[in-house]
Amino acid sequence: MECEFLSVCFYIAIILFLQIIAFDELKTDYKNPIDQCNTLNPTVEKVKKIKRVKIALKLVLPEYLIHFFFCVMFFCAAEWLTLCLNLPLLAYHVWRYMSRPVMSCPGLYDPTTIMNADILAYCQKEGWCKLAFYLLSFFYYLYGMIYVLVSS
Amino acid sequence: MSGFTNLNSSAGYSQNSTPNGGAAPHYQNGPVQTYPSMYPPAGYYGAPPQQQGYSTIPGHAAPAPNKAPVTNNAHSANYYHNNHQQQQQNHLPQHHVAPSPYSAPLSSAPPSQPYAALPSAAPPPTNAHYNQQPFQPHPPYATPGSYYGQQSYHPSPAQQHPSLVPVTASGPGAPLYPIVSYPSAPGSSQYGTLSSSQSTSTPVGIPTQMVGAPLHQYSAAPPPSTTAVHPGYGVGPPGQMAPTVVNGQGSTAHNAVHQRYTQSHQASLSYDSYSGVPQSSGGADTDQPPSGTPSTSVHSSPGHHQGGDTSSSTTGSASPVPNSYDSLEGGSYPDSMPPSNDMTNQAPPYGSYGYPSMQSAYQQGPTSHTDASPSHDLYGQSSYQQYSQPFPNLFQLSAALGGLSGVPELEVEALRPVNLLQERNLLPPRPLEPPEPNVSSDLKKVNCSPQTFRCTLTSIPQTQALLNKARLPLGLLLHPFRDLQQLPVITSNTIVRCRSCRTYINPFVTFLDQRRWKCNLCYRVNDVPDEFMYNPVTRSYGEPHKRPEVQNSTVEFIASSDYMLRPPQPAVYLFVLDVSHNAVEAGYLKYFCESLLENLTKLPGDMRTRVGFLTFDSTIHFYNLQEGLSQPQMLVVSDIDDVFIPSHDSLMVNLKESKELVKDLLTSLPEMFSQTRETHSALGPALQAAYKLMSPTGGRITVFQTQLPTLGAGALQSREDPNQRSSAKGVQHLGPATDFYKKLALDCSGQQIGVDLFLLSSQYADLASLACMSKYSAGSVFYYPSFHYIHNPAQLEKFQKDLERYLTRKIGFEAVMRIRCTKGLSIHTFHGNFFVRSTDLLSLANVNPDSAFAVQMSIEDSLADSSLACFQAALLYTSSRGKRRIRVHTLCLPVVNQLSDVYAGADVQAITCLLANMAIDRSVSSSLSDARDALVNAVVDLVSAYKSNVSNLQQSGLVVPTSMRLFPLYILALLKQKALRTGTSTRLDERVFAMCEFKTQPLQQLMRMVHPDLYRLDNLSDQGALHLNDTVVPQPHLLHLSAERLSRDGAFLMDCGNVFYLWIGKCCNEMFIRDVLGCPNYASIPPNMSHIPELETPLSERVRAFLDWLQDNRAFSCTIHVVKDDASAKATLFQHLVEDQSEVASSYRDFLQHIQQQMSK
Repeated sequence: MECEFLSVCFYIAIILFLQIIAFDELKTDYKNPIDQCNTLNPTVEKVKKIKRVKIALKLVLPEYLIHFFFCVMFFCAAEWLTLCLNLPLLAYHVWRYMSRPVMSCPGLYDPTTIMNADILAYCQKEGWCKLAFYLLSFFYYLYGMIYVLVSS
Repeated sequence: MSGFTNLNSSAGYSQNSTPNGGAAPHYQNGPVQTYPSMYPPAGYYGAPPQQQGYSTIPGHAAPAPNKAPVTNNAHSANYYHNNHQQQQQNHLPQHHVAPSPYSAPLSSAPPSQPYAALPSAAPPPTNAHYNQQPFQPHPPYATPGSYYGQQSYHPSPAQQHPSLVPVTASGPGAPLYPIVSYPSAPGSSQYGTLSSSQSTSTPVGIPTQMVGAPLHQYSAAPPPSTTAVHPGYGVGPPGQMAPTVVNGQGSTAHNAVHQRYTQSHQASLSYDSYSGVPQSSGGADTDQPPSGTPSTSVHSSPGHHQGGDTSSSTTGSASPVPNSYDSLEGGSYPDSMPPSNDMTNQAPPYGSYGYPSMQSAYQQGPTSHTDASPSHDLYGQSSYQQYSQPFPNLFQLSAALGGLSGVPELEVEALRPVNLLQERNLLPPRPLEPPEPNVSSDLKKVNCSPQTFRCTLTSIPQTQALLNKARLPLGLLLHPFRDLQQLPVITSNTIVRCRSCRTYINPFVTFLDQRRWKCNLCYRVNDVPDEFMYNPVTRSYGEPHKRPEVQNSTVEFIASSDYMLRPPQPAVYLFVLDVSHNAVEAGYLKYFCESLLENLTKLPGDMRTRVGFLTFDSTIHFYNLQEGLSQPQMLVVSDIDDVFIPSHDSLMVNLKESKELVKDLLTSLPEMFSQTRETHSALGPALQAAYKLMSPTGGRITVFQTQLPTLGAGALQSREDPNQRSSAKGVQHLGPATDFYKKLALDCSGQQIGVDLFLLSSQYADLASLACMSKYSAGSVFYYPSFHYIHNPAQLEKFQKDLERYLTRKIGFEAVMRIRCTKGLSIHTFHGNFFVRSTDLLSLANVNPDSAFAVQMSIEDSLADSSLACFQAALLYTSSRGKRRIRVHTLCLPVVNQLSDVYAGADVQAITCLLANMAIDRSVSSSLSDARDALVNAVVDLVSAYKSNVSNLQQSGLVVPTSMRLFPLYILALLKQKALRTGTSTRLDERVFAMCEFKTQPLQQLMRMVHPDLYRLDNLSDQGALHLNDTVVPQPHLLHLSAERLSRDGAFLMDCGNVFYLWIGKCCNEMFIRDVLGCPNYASIPPNMSHIPELETPLSERVRAFLDWLQDNRAFSCTIHVVKDDASAKATLFQHLVEDQSEVASSYRDFLQHIQQQMSK
């Protein structure tokens, strides 16, 4: 059980990391926000030139879903402590998605406002915080897994 | 004296300069003494970036060993003095010097020089950079000097011809020196001669006065834009300026503008043109020094000299220019000045100022011309007089102020604490002028016009911490594509830009030597390309600093193919017309067709211009206008779920080839749908069709919509609850209901299509959603509530006028605008209609001359290592003639490290507009009440910050610096605007439209909407009147917006920006009613009078002259409503009296008390 979480958590961390990079790119590299939001929002998109980017970046929603999946699994496994640790983030995700800008497709980011310094800074900060959270939980799960392996 | 203080440094300079004094010193010293070292700095800009100047900066002073301690002012003052004397004595030097006026201001060095007289001392300040070995100061000078000297003298006697002034430069080898100096030189020479006369002084005084006097504005305006700009813009000079920089190639040197013309005129032309410019300015100057000074445009001087004297020559040359420009631009500016001989006299004044919009201000200039107008006396002269003598005193004073780190006296005035609870009369007699940046006078002369480029803080705080402490927003207000009557257009193979930050070369860069320049934004040292060494203005080599790019802060380049992603597109216009039953009822179609027919030939464009039409109700109708058809063919597509284009090449047709068919269509269109019963509106699908039609070319889509879209994609529901219109709680639905229009706009923006929306709806049409189509495609929104061609003649008239302007105004296609700023500053947020492509890049599918932008800035790194902060906005666009052009505006402001300096430089109007933009954002993203609270808090914060940090007077009450004394009033006015008010019944669409206006209107217009100007008209006097051409334009005083200012026996005019209200009191003088309105008495005035009859009475002529003058520089003409005292229409007028209490909003006094309570919490 823990094993899966481990790998998945690691995966999320990578997603997050790439998201941060993407925002940074936007800020410094003059990337077109429309493209940017297309990569971040899970639109059914034309094929992206760089496959890695395509896999990693178009996954805001997948990130949320995977995290949700985590929580469900923790719940099933009766890992109450771990679940409690993850609930705030889950709530945040729900809130974040509920308060997204008006748009007809799934996704969080609006290309017309993403360049607003406040919003861009917020997104970046959010990315870093979540990255830290996922990394910490990664080690926590790792510890949990080893503990289970050793004790069994 | 006090007046001078702040500005004064500039002012001081100008005066001095005028006299020559300022300039003279330089030169004199320079030539004689160790010139080289000195020279360079002064030379140009060099010094400028850092030291230039500012007295404000304490550190600055330091460089000059001797003088250092003295504040700038002091410097200037002394400087001048010396100069004067010297100059007069030594004419020779002057010439060069003349330019020097500029130089002096520029570099810190100058101050030292003047004083010290020893150049050697000076150089150090500017820095080593300056040593320009390449230059051979002496020889050039000498020659020039002689040259100039003579000239200069001439001019002075001649005074009349401003042109003379400029003359100086060309002849001499002077090349090395910055252009600037030249121009000034001429001016100075003139002045110098004049110096004894008041006029000289006048100019100076004006700048200083900045604060209240309207006139000031004028003066102020010129200085910032500086010579370069002015001339260019300058009316009179029109052509002249066109700083055509030709390609390096010798012969070609012609003006860009001229290009066309050029062929024949070529070099000679260019010269003339330049010279002409100066002349005009000079002309202005003669009488009015202020204008004159500015006039000393860079260009003119050198070339000019010779031709300069004869005004006629100038004019002649000038005339061609303007025309050429117009023709080039394609955009017709109807008013563009015909350069006629007459112009020389009067126009010039304008010209010198250059900005069309500015005219009013300028006008004064003319006034002075014709006669010594009172205005002069008031502003300019008086100040001057005081000034001229007091130099020594000034010096002392400033020295005394040294402790203040060079806070100029003006600043002191701007900082004078005002207790709002005690002072009732805060309004200046004439509309408020923007504060002038406290930079050296030569920089002021070149600085960008405040109409184009304005910063909320004309003194930039050094750090974000200081900015936070001041509690004022830092931001820019930009009107980049404004109609300009004069604009230097430059054709060059290589556009010189900084290699690292891509900044365009501008007047604020530093020339380290002849081959290298230092970027003023990123401080990188760049090479001067060979081609740039050639100056087409003087046809001489080795004068990079005299190129028009370096002389003007607003220039336009003809871009090469490097700046194109594809061949420049033709002008393409598509009209999407609502023809549903509702539209036919409203009856707009007939008037639209009439207007378009009338203006068909005036549509900006060339031989390639294409047009298309598309109408829609529940289906979409295309019109085949292919050349060769006997009549237009209508193609109907009823499948609105999957829109397709029935024919690909015949729907958008070449206007030239199919003109007859287009006319046919426009004539028959109103009839075709007169019987329609279709009530649905498929706007979304129609827009999709339009997008498909336009996407291969890009262009402009104009949408006319009269109701809520009900069919297909983008259908909307009514979201407005009429019962909530006056709710004080909060307003819902300020944001879009769907992102369909936004996505469409983004698609359009990507294909370089701009969408403009005309909404003529009597019902709720969800403008909040519809406006998105224009917001993100850089379009514009027009809204005519309750439009009906019979029942609402006022709206109809407005619609017709707006439409005419809309169809004929200039347009730029496939544009992008990048805003660069000095290292350490960064852009926070943009406001306006556009799509933000990157942190500093706006994508504008279309750019029109009537929309403005606001930018919030933040300070990321300390600006301590520079004394100047610069902002550059570069707008790259395709003109309607298929030319790729870059319009570059550069603004230069001082950096300060004292809170008091920040307050002294605060621009209350710009701050209000920026806050309004921020409040609009807040009300959409958060809530209206949040936005209102934030505005009130802005006032509270300012007052408390000022109280705790700056004012050491233990005064009770609300104390604010003079510069911000109108701030609470403006905020209160903002809170009572349709966009932000609560409690008063406001239709949602009108509220949203008001918000759109806030985002896109230029500052002047916005301020008139927020805080209308109120004048009393029945007792117009000639005091302070302007004399324009043959007409006398009275200048009544501004009145506070309070019912107590209205009296029953008077007639009052309220100028709300896009509408005038003429309020006639019950007991109004019958003579006024009879002479102006043409009615025998009060009772016989018709209730819906909306025009002023053209009567031959003197009073009527005055009133009409005043009205015309007010309208002069507005893009959209205003409608006028005559409001009777007892009419119900009174309510519309009284809602603008923002100082009074209404049922739901507090009065100004209550508001102040509320602020005070908030503070004590």
